Amino acid sequence: MVNSYLPLTLEECLEILAKHDVKIVAGGTDMLIQNRSHTSMSIGFKSDVIYISNINELKRIYEDDMFVYIGSCCSLEMIMENELVPSLLRDTILEMASPAIRHTATLAGNIGNASPAGDSLVPLYLLDALVEIRSASSVRRVALIDFIKGVRKIDLSKNELITEVIIPKLKFSDCYFKKVGPRLSDAISKLSFAGAYRLESNIIEDIRFAFGAVNVSVVRRRELEERLIGKTVTKVKEMIDEILVWYDEFIIPIDDQRSNKEYRKNISLKLLRSFIENIE
Amino acid sequence: MAKIKFKLNGELKEIDTDPSRRLLDVLRDDFNLTGPKEGCGEGECGACAVLMNQEIVNSCSVPLANVLDKEIVTIEGFSKTKRYEVIKDAFAKAGGVQCGFCTPGMIIATESLLNKNLNPTDFEIKIGLSGNLCRCTGYNLIIEAVKIASKTGEGLW
Repeated sequence: MVNSYLPLTLEECLEILAKHDVKIVAGGTDMLIQNRSHTSMSIGFKSDVIYISNINELKRIYEDDMFVYIGSCCSLEMIMENELVPSLLRDTILEMASPAIRHTATLAGNIGNASPAGDSLVPLYLLDALVEIRSASSVRRVALIDFIKGVRKIDLSKNELITEVIIPKLKFSDCYFKKVGPRLSDAISKLSFAGAYRLESNIIEDIRFAFGAVNVSVVRRRELEERLIGKTVTKVKEMIDEILVWYDEFIIPIDDQRSNKEYRKNISLKLLRSFIENIE
Repeated sequence: MAKIKFKLNGELKEIDTDPSRRLLDVLRDDFNLTGPKEGCGEGECGACAVLMNQEIVNSCSVPLANVLDKEIVTIEGFSKTKRYEVIKDAFAKAGGVQCGFCTPGMIIATESLLNKNLNPTDFEIKIGLSGNLCRCTGYNLIIEAVKIASKTGEGLW
């Protein structure tokens, strides 16, 4: 049997992480399934585990002038119900899993899992989210786009823990999230798309697009978005075909049991087209 | 091994066991509470649903470690309440029970929903039940049952 640690404070947790090589479990909705064993048997973890969901200091949501801070043990439901949280993220969470999963699963867990189909990552990339990482001796903040290194690969050392998800406060004229899946709830996305823009007197002041499940991690290309900033809405709409060509090379999905690459690519680009056509 | 203290159907319990056991197995094997059932075992069907601090969770996806100091109510505990009587009568009236395998989970989902929102819209009912699969009724009869419970249960939630 493996050892289990159940810290009640962050300090205690970071000390354990400094001394032991352990798997971190928050809500457990992914970790338990990934390490599933037989009925009536303990979960089949192959290494020691640390359960962090009893650390109350990681269950806070608060703000300052620039950011909203979400503790890494906040459940998805808590985040969805909190009005400090940007509506784009709250709308996305409503389409994630089911109430039973949302009551236990965490946003930091969806990040740590680093699945190409992680739904929350799409709005988080769009919003330029950051993560706060702590160890017993250090604190650092890193942009989510740099934190996720690839499929199930993250920039986290063995002695570190994600303690907060930090979301910049941004103003948009409109934002949109679309998940394409076989069922409204409890479905892993075939693909997902998020878009947002800010207009001032018909000029694009800011525009952002993010695509999920069509590459090893979420596709967000700031350099392409910047080509559209400062242009009129009419001009951007005239450029739609060209914009689709820019994104074409970054949307490189795979075939799997949930969908195929042709469908994923086709629908992703159609969602982008429709989003731009509907700017007003 | 670890000592895990929690409230189960209103009674304080403490068990010394592996915290990496699933709550579902502890309920069924240690406490003989067989209302929560294993359907899919991966959080998609809701047959194992119980209330944790009054909110629905899938007991197949909750490690016992996460139950520390929480309050768990299974269908056995919930069946001793007035709210249960209202929901049970509504399910019977609407014909929302056929084979019955999903029913404990459906009732827990209904309680979790009505506890937060006594007058849910059709869409909110569908969201509230969205983590629970039923292979008999086609769902419409269950949605109808929730509507009846929401009407007849006025004042209980």
